[in-house]
Amino acid sequence: MATDSLALYPTQTTSRRPLVDQLHAWITTVDHKRLGILYVLYGLLMFGVGGTEATIMRLQLLRPHNDFVSPQVFNRMFTMHGTTMIFFVAMPLVFGFANYLVPLMIGARDMAFPRLNAFSFWMTAFGGLLLYFSFLGGGGLYGAGSAPDVGWFAYAPLTSQTFSVGHSTDFWTLALLVSGFGSIGTAINVIATVVCMRCPGMTLGKMPLFVWISSVMGVLVILAVSPLTAAQVMLLVDRYLGGHFFDTQAGGSAAIWMHFFWIFGHPEVYVLVLPAFAIVSEVVPVFSRKAIFGYPVMVAATIAIAFISMSVWAHHMFTIGMTSNANTFFVLSTMAIAVPTGIKIFNWLGTMWGGKLEFRMPMLFCIGFLFQFLIGGLTGVMQAAAPFDWHLANSYFVVAHFHYVIVGAILFAIFGGVYYWFPKVTGKLLSERLGKFHFWLFFIGFHLTFDFMHVPGLLGMPRRIYTYEPGRGWDTWNLIVTVGVFFQAAGALAFALNLLWSYFCGNRAGNDPWDAWTLEWSLPSPPPAYNFSVIPEVRSRRPLWDLKHPEDPDWKYE
Amino acid sequence: MVDASKTWLSNGAFLLLLCLGNECRAEVHAPRSPTNIFAPASEPAYSLFGFSLLVLIVCAAIFLIVFSLLVYSILKFRKRPDDDGREPPQIYGSNPIELAWTVMPVLIVIVLFLASVRVIMAVQDAEPPPSAVEVTAIGHQFWWEFRYPGLGVVTANELHVPVSGPSSPTPTFIRLLSADTDHSFWVPRLAGKVDLIPNHPNRIWIAPTETGLYLGQCAQYCGTQHAKMLLRVYADTPQQFREWVQHQTRSAEVSPEVSEGRDIFETTSCVNCHTVAGNKNVASGQFGPNLTHLMSRDTIAAGAAFNTPDNLRRWIESPDSIKPGSLMPAMGLTPHEIEALVAYLETLR
Repeated sequence: MATDSLALYPTQTTSRRPLVDQLHAWITTVDHKRLGILYVLYGLLMFGVGGTEATIMRLQLLRPHNDFVSPQVFNRMFTMHGTTMIFFVAMPLVFGFANYLVPLMIGARDMAFPRLNAFSFWMTAFGGLLLYFSFLGGGGLYGAGSAPDVGWFAYAPLTSQTFSVGHSTDFWTLALLVSGFGSIGTAINVIATVVCMRCPGMTLGKMPLFVWISSVMGVLVILAVSPLTAAQVMLLVDRYLGGHFFDTQAGGSAAIWMHFFWIFGHPEVYVLVLPAFAIVSEVVPVFSRKAIFGYPVMVAATIAIAFISMSVWAHHMFTIGMTSNANTFFVLSTMAIAVPTGIKIFNWLGTMWGGKLEFRMPMLFCIGFLFQFLIGGLTGVMQAAAPFDWHLANSYFVVAHFHYVIVGAILFAIFGGVYYWFPKVTGKLLSERLGKFHFWLFFIGFHLTFDFMHVPGLLGMPRRIYTYEPGRGWDTWNLIVTVGVFFQAAGALAFALNLLWSYFCGNRAGNDPWDAWTLEWSLPSPPPAYNFSVIPEVRSRRPLWDLKHPEDPDWKYE
Repeated sequence: MVDASKTWLSNGAFLLLLCLGNECRAEVHAPRSPTNIFAPASEPAYSLFGFSLLVLIVCAAIFLIVFSLLVYSILKFRKRPDDDGREPPQIYGSNPIELAWTVMPVLIVIVLFLASVRVIMAVQDAEPPPSAVEVTAIGHQFWWEFRYPGLGVVTANELHVPVSGPSSPTPTFIRLLSADTDHSFWVPRLAGKVDLIPNHPNRIWIAPTETGLYLGQCAQYCGTQHAKMLLRVYADTPQQFREWVQHQTRSAEVSPEVSEGRDIFETTSCVNCHTVAGNKNVASGQFGPNLTHLMSRDTIAAGAAFNTPDNLRRWIESPDSIKPGSLMPAMGLTPHEIEALVAYLETLR
């Protein structure tokens, strides 16, 4: 049988090398697995930084007229928090997963362009350093230094020389420009790998959904990050070469920046949420003990989401005074995206239906994902309805909504993914007991913070205000929201503890701790350099199922 | 057991809805939050409110259905302790089912879309009737300038409009401009928000049906003091509004007792930014709020503080103590000069 080649591997022998050698090996590595790990570690590190910034904001908003930080510091905090979490937490995390898993899942020995892969990672990493260097260098030679304070979507003309003196905006622009090159490099790499390096037998229709969705994510990255990069160049031209693209005092257009930013910004949401879908589409079947329900429909829905997501950007701009016709178009396109998204939720439900659900940590996080993504999706529909959005836009309701999607859905799925693949990456299982602490603390904290954050939005509280007036009915809600942050912080701490403790003292995982079905589980944990000594051959979407159930293999039905 | 929990669930849901309904009604009549979007008091806000309820109900229904299905499948299909260890039947999909759960969302989307279009057209494309009041609102870092082109009034931060009855509608149509960065005009009980963007004139209209004070604030990040760029809209009776307009179009009265304060005002850089009309045009600055009728306003510093002599003193001495990062500079005056200046300002009724 073709899949026999998967079965046996020699156990790995590791020899301790001097620390400097090991570090050197990590820094010069072009191995997709190591780069994947670097991406994820970098993302988790920055998650701590961005989380600290969020905590500072929430402490300031604890009560009305609070004096914890100055307005200047608060404005820097929300700018840095948003920029960090999107570009230096979420993007590295999803790239890390794609990098590590795509070659393993398609039976390849590495990514298509290993050196480009290393280049992309280091561009992203240095982009983040550049952004944070602004704390020292943002004020220019004479200033005391400061981070950017223009908001993460940096609307013109606040970014012009007139309103943003010093170099803080330049650090923001250059950081995104640099990390944008990294993102585009990785996107090209993922696409090329999937197109060119699949093992024999793995037709497009037999790729695991994770691989499908990752490659669609790659396409979206190229389409979305390019306009952002262009806009950053235009902004630099405005600031230093006398351009007037966004300079409203010289006839430029502030609205053009908004279009440029959001034609990046909205597909970006799907760049982040598609990998979450990818993880859930791998975890839910394994812990339901069933094949994914409606594989072709899931693929079609993924492509439909990517396609439609390119035409919805101006729903971020319902309040900027577009014509009623333009608003109407963007209402329709935005609502249309709810259809393929709904199909996905129903298909996961269909996968669970009739299965035997095991609530191990990866599944627990994915269940959390399903509920929270459902709610985040529905509040999204509310905002797609432009007249409702005239109230909700730029209010705390929006902040609650997108955190529901980014934390409640994307981050929960990523946590699930970490619990699922950590055994493959390190050879050790994560502790279920610490995992339970992590899950429940984070779950409670998440709901305290982001459920109650919707309310002040409905009561008229705009986002990005460093303080608020008493007597508007916002006080109690903000207090609860802030309290939730501490639960989330405790949860994140439990997670960090779990990673460390399990890495050093965890139980051995073996090759296939979850009795799973995709190719990576046929390898030893951690997989050897260059993954497959013999390139496998597959006949179905679940090669390991075929191997484990020779009497009832998948390829008979696909 | 299952039945009991079901009854409990349905009773709970019913009670919750009842409470929410009562809360809504209470909020509409006597809102505890002066900025509640579900307590409309003016026309576009009324339509938005009705539409929002429709969207909320549809979304709540979808939520309940999918939520119940998820909970059911989690409870029903969990692996039992007495599991035989065999894999469950493998089902790869079903085209009729896929079709069903594609068509249903499509239908819902069509309904919500059509309902949206109706409200969008009705609100955005409304033509001002001849009786409409016209106002130009100009956003500044970090305050609002209001000009009434037909009436010759220029004021700041506190917008006065007539109430609009069904028999004699007098909606207020506001042209939105910006002098510097982006801002957004949002008074939740009157209308949704519309941004003020430089080089991109916008429009919003309101037609409050009840007199009173409506609060709001800038809803588009515009710089350091975005948070304290507050908005107050006073819906006056037609009579009050006429009187207010008359009052606002008078020139400032010159009172000899406060000539010292006036001299300070006119010989320092106050006049570079502030206007006091009718004063031989000495004070005709445009960067800051028009002070001709400063004392007719309830607040200073775009709503950041009440307009009391103490606050005025503090504001002139150290603007950062009220609104750190505002563009009003500390003038470095002596306490005596500040006293005289405040005495003068207090005559600007």
